[in-house]
Amino acid sequence: MKDELKIRVVKGPDGVEFEVEPLKDYYCEAAPTVMPAAYIKVVEDLFNWARSESIWILGFGTGCGAIEMRPLMTPRFDAYRFGVQWRPTPRQANLFVISGYLSTKTLKRAIRSYEQMQNPKYVIGLGSCTINGGMYWDSYNTIKRLDDYLPVDLYIAGCMPRPEALLAGFQDMKKLIRAGKAEGANLYAENFEWYKANQKRVIHDWDMPDYNW
Amino acid sequence: MTQNAPFFTPDRSQYPAKKADGTLDIDIASGKYLKLWQGPNHPGITGNMSVELTVCGDEVVEGKTHVGYLHRGFEKLMERRTFIQCFPIVCRICVPEPDFNEYCYAAAVEELAGIKSPERADWIRALILEMGRINSYMMYLGGQAGALGLGVIGQWTTYARDLMLDRFEELTGARIYHMFIMPGGVRDGLPEGFDKRMEETLREVESTLKDVYDVMFCNAVFKKRTVGVGYIDPALVDSYGITGPNARAAGVAKDVRKDQPYLIYSQLDFEPVLGQDSDIFTRADVRRRDVLVSVDLVRQILAKMPRTGPLMATVPNVLHWKIPRGETYIRGECSRGEYGYYLVTDGSGYPRRVNVRGPSYTHAVSLLERMIVNLNISDVASLMVSLHTYPPEIER
Amino acid sequence: MRELHTKLKSLFPVGDLTEQRSNLGFVTVPQEHLRAVLVHLRDREGFTHLVLLTAVDWLEAGQFQLTYLLSNRTAGKDLGVRVMLARDGATMQSIHDVWPTAATYQRELREMFGIDFPGSPRLHEEFILEGWNDIPPYRRDFDTLKYAQENYSERPGRVTHDPAAHMKQKLNSGGN
Repeated sequence: MKDELKIRVVKGPDGVEFEVEPLKDYYCEAAPTVMPAAYIKVVEDLFNWARSESIWILGFGTGCGAIEMRPLMTPRFDAYRFGVQWRPTPRQANLFVISGYLSTKTLKRAIRSYEQMQNPKYVIGLGSCTINGGMYWDSYNTIKRLDDYLPVDLYIAGCMPRPEALLAGFQDMKKLIRAGKAEGANLYAENFEWYKANQKRVIHDWDMPDYNW
Repeated sequence: MTQNAPFFTPDRSQYPAKKADGTLDIDIASGKYLKLWQGPNHPGITGNMSVELTVCGDEVVEGKTHVGYLHRGFEKLMERRTFIQCFPIVCRICVPEPDFNEYCYAAAVEELAGIKSPERADWIRALILEMGRINSYMMYLGGQAGALGLGVIGQWTTYARDLMLDRFEELTGARIYHMFIMPGGVRDGLPEGFDKRMEETLREVESTLKDVYDVMFCNAVFKKRTVGVGYIDPALVDSYGITGPNARAAGVAKDVRKDQPYLIYSQLDFEPVLGQDSDIFTRADVRRRDVLVSVDLVRQILAKMPRTGPLMATVPNVLHWKIPRGETYIRGECSRGEYGYYLVTDGSGYPRRVNVRGPSYTHAVSLLERMIVNLNISDVASLMVSLHTYPPEIER
Repeated sequence: MRELHTKLKSLFPVGDLTEQRSNLGFVTVPQEHLRAVLVHLRDREGFTHLVLLTAVDWLEAGQFQLTYLLSNRTAGKDLGVRVMLARDGATMQSIHDVWPTAATYQRELREMFGIDFPGSPRLHEEFILEGWNDIPPYRRDFDTLKYAQENYSERPGRVTHDPAAHMKQKLNSGGN
């Protein structure tokens, strides 16, 4: 474990000494909970319509797929007309596009980013390498299937997928959300133990709390 | 900012002292310093990497580059693939400019196997490499402007790059990963009417560059924040292994295309672009002028290249292709500097060892860590972009 | 290349020259003379640019080969200096004070091959891998496929063919 994560005594500017335990003090310890659907179907449909029309993507280029995201932001492909836009922080985003292979080092950061996102949240796996490892099927450092570690709502195949494929993927994602079928976050909360066990099996130096809210 | 604002003199008294072993004596608990992680999830980072900054006020006292987020172990994977199986995976090492991987790998295999690629293939290779260079620079210009808040430049350059990707698509069939330069030659010739459409694209690139010059390089904010910031001492060029535009902006005429001409570059007429001031502004300007050189080179190549002739040399049956024991190093001048492949074979059907020398290896780690000290936090992103680093070629 | 090699040979006990191209050669240097040779090449012969530093694992011979590739830009020449190390307990002197960038290469070699460079700055910090618990991955005796199968779950349905056998079957011609 890194030095900065160990329990230590800190002297404040006013001279008072106090103990900090970084892994506990800075995070919320409660596990995620399932978000039930609204009691009335019409209300839930309204919510889902609103959710589907404002897909905000976390701007975290985890792999080479990130390079095809940039043309989507320009007038030629213009993803903004679908209500899709990119946000710099997980707190403002509700769609996490895993753009390509995840090495175990990035997986750790991707899990943290995913858990910091607010509900409702969705995950798209981009590229063949998130589906079954793709080109890197025998690599010692990349995970082979993403849905063991994060709840994936939609996969976009290809190496690398064209911007048009991404646009089609966003449209499909919207359909899923409107039909109320994009329940990845609830799946994650329900099977939290299973996901954590999988994650801990590949991340050998687990030096973060179990839920990084 | 600090360099050209004389009224602001930072209080150096609280700066950390050096310990006996040369490391800084930083006591985080003292409250003077703050650890700040820039990246990997950060819009100002040039890809999936991170810089661990220790700051005092808003000045950086120590920076550590952390890479490895994109490590796939290419050099290991290639050891268990045959020579032809390596060909489709090498381009994945570097996304904005994948063709250099294909060229360096193909040339290294050809040299060790004693194959000479046909002349027409060499011209097409050079054409593809120059097109890729324009793409990579366009991406850089957008990033450099974006790091300073000029978002619209990125829209323009991405559009021009997209037009170039269309040319790639009709030539190779793919936008990003072309898999076109094979050991032995290239896959195909130029499609019909390619020259005309290429000329239109080049004109579009030139007009975009003119707009970029007017809006970005003549912009007072851009000048104020880049002139005199991020200075690279020309004396560091050799000791730190700096290559490419970063070295040329410091006045060192390092250009592999001129120093050790590969492919057909000895038959083309061009001069390496040089700068003097070696700051962020000069590096951006060198790259802008380098695009114009590349545009000119593409025109020259299209005018001079032979239109008939073989595209592939005779290669042995790739399923049983064994290459005798040997080692070689092939280099090329990519948009970021010297790109090289070190290939060792041992007489079997698989490479013994492949080592990729990405220019970012030295730029993003040892050089960045040295230059980032005493910089204002707000200039860190702009400095990183100006070194034009690209993480996958550091960790492969 | 030849004159340079003769000159080096009169000063240091260097091995034979392998001339790969007219402007690229490789020489083998004993481990203890490496530093002197590198400093000589840098200061006297104009090989001021350290292009790369990497290792090759000759598992069968029980040796690591370290390659220091130097470049002389004005003369347009490259010289690869090879050093052969015993594979077990491989230790090499650090050259981070000759070229500052060598420290990064040495960090990578320490992590990926397990070669020790005493005195190199930040040598033991993790560089590329994180939480690695096996033998260094670039060594020949590390099997990446086995490691991947043991550690990562695979999606069923993926088939891998041996290329030669697959083509033979596909062409259905008896093969060549």
